[in-house]
Amino acid sequence: MSDMILLGTRKGTVIFDRSHSSWRPRPIVHAGIPVCYAARDPRDGTLWASLDHGHWGPKLARSRDGGATWADVTSLKYPEGARYIVKYLPTPDFDPASPSARPEYADASAFKIWTIAFGAASQPGRLYAGTIPGGLFVSDDGGDSWELNRPLWNHESRGGDLFAGDATSENRWHGTPASIDYGVFEPGIHSILVDPRDADHVHVAVSTAGVIETTDGGRTWAARNRGVLNDYLPNPEAEWGHDPHFVTACPAQPDHLWQQNHCGVFYSNDAARSWKKVSMPDAGVNFGFPIAADAHDGRTAWVVPARADSERMAIEGGLFVARTSDGGQSWQVFRNGLPQENAYDIVLRHGLDVAGDRLCFGSTTGNVYVSEDRGESWQCLGNNFPPIYSVRFG
Amino acid sequence: MPVVQMTQHLYRFFPQLENRTITVPAGSVADVLRAVNDIAPGFTDYVLDEQGALRRHVMLSVNDTVVIDRKTLSDRVPDGGTVYIFQALSGG
Repeated sequence: MSDMILLGTRKGTVIFDRSHSSWRPRPIVHAGIPVCYAARDPRDGTLWASLDHGHWGPKLARSRDGGATWADVTSLKYPEGARYIVKYLPTPDFDPASPSARPEYADASAFKIWTIAFGAASQPGRLYAGTIPGGLFVSDDGGDSWELNRPLWNHESRGGDLFAGDATSENRWHGTPASIDYGVFEPGIHSILVDPRDADHVHVAVSTAGVIETTDGGRTWAARNRGVLNDYLPNPEAEWGHDPHFVTACPAQPDHLWQQNHCGVFYSNDAARSWKKVSMPDAGVNFGFPIAADAHDGRTAWVVPARADSERMAIEGGLFVARTSDGGQSWQVFRNGLPQENAYDIVLRHGLDVAGDRLCFGSTTGNVYVSEDRGESWQCLGNNFPPIYSVRFG
Repeated sequence: MPVVQMTQHLYRFFPQLENRTITVPAGSVADVLRAVNDIAPGFTDYVLDEQGALRRHVMLSVNDTVVIDRKTLSDRVPDGGTVYIFQALSGG
């Protein structure tokens, strides 16, 4: 089990170390800078943080000495000629009749580096980064240089190869509210799953498009949303337009994937070729953002449910974690150690993690809880942290 | 030669620019920023986006005139002029 926890927060990176059976936070780093994701590369111990500068553009930061010193990495950039079809902000004064019938294009800039993922053990130096406006970046030199994955960027579901000219197909990727802070309404990649058995097999999840899979190292991509039901679309079984909030997989059984979607919890035991809705609304398990999968048993997962959709806070003022160990057929609810009145926390998509029997989550209210017994009881690590965007064991 | 002044927030990332007078050859705003980038490699990644345009929340003025051309940075910076780089404030 890991003895390090990294928090990405509204005001910097917080690292906890565990010693003598207690967790202690170090002084905050990147103080004052929003950090939307922070994680440790298990292959070489490098720490990564995604800095969400309000003025200076998104930057990655890297520490190769366990967090003592950090250096910004500024090499993740969209290449010249990268364009996307503009979506429109769903503001109250938006007139859907006003945009031109023809697509409008924008030159791509990275607004947010939403997540970082590490390649398989067989690919040292391979890193992935998911961004708003929807580009997947790949590095093969430990993050010194990055390249946009063009087959996904040029996918027919996004209008085709816009490097070459105008759109040749309809853009089926929609915006994520997470992009509105940047004055745009564009999609984002927040989940990247590398199959430990086969480094060429990768799933990504996009808000708002769905789950997409490559089995040839990123040369071709295909939607994998069969069985995901989208309550708010005219056709709930549409191939595109789904809103996975977060997708993860069991490391030892990578064909077992879990998805906390806007419209419920979904489970796949066939590498996302099909999904099954396994929500249990009577137990409060339906809406939420994060989901964590057990390291060994593909049928076991945890969620931190919330009330949908306009409220987005703990249900009835009580915070709880739910666990299934039978592929979502049943869920157990655990409240021991968590506040059961006047709790208004929401846990964002990267705000829950598991390592062995340990779990940790952090909320936008700045509360951090850790469990040493597979989520059955919880201990508070602090109530006054900045709003928390990500929690990852190191 | 023009002088460049900037918000102290940028010194956090480029300490080599602090406590000194930054003088660069006259030219366009793009020329001036390239010259600052020569002193502090990576500087333009903070104030310009991938297209080389000023980032949305970055303000730049030549003397007391806010630059007009935020995309190609063609405004001229005269000898003896001062370029100011600062954040566009938003929120409360």
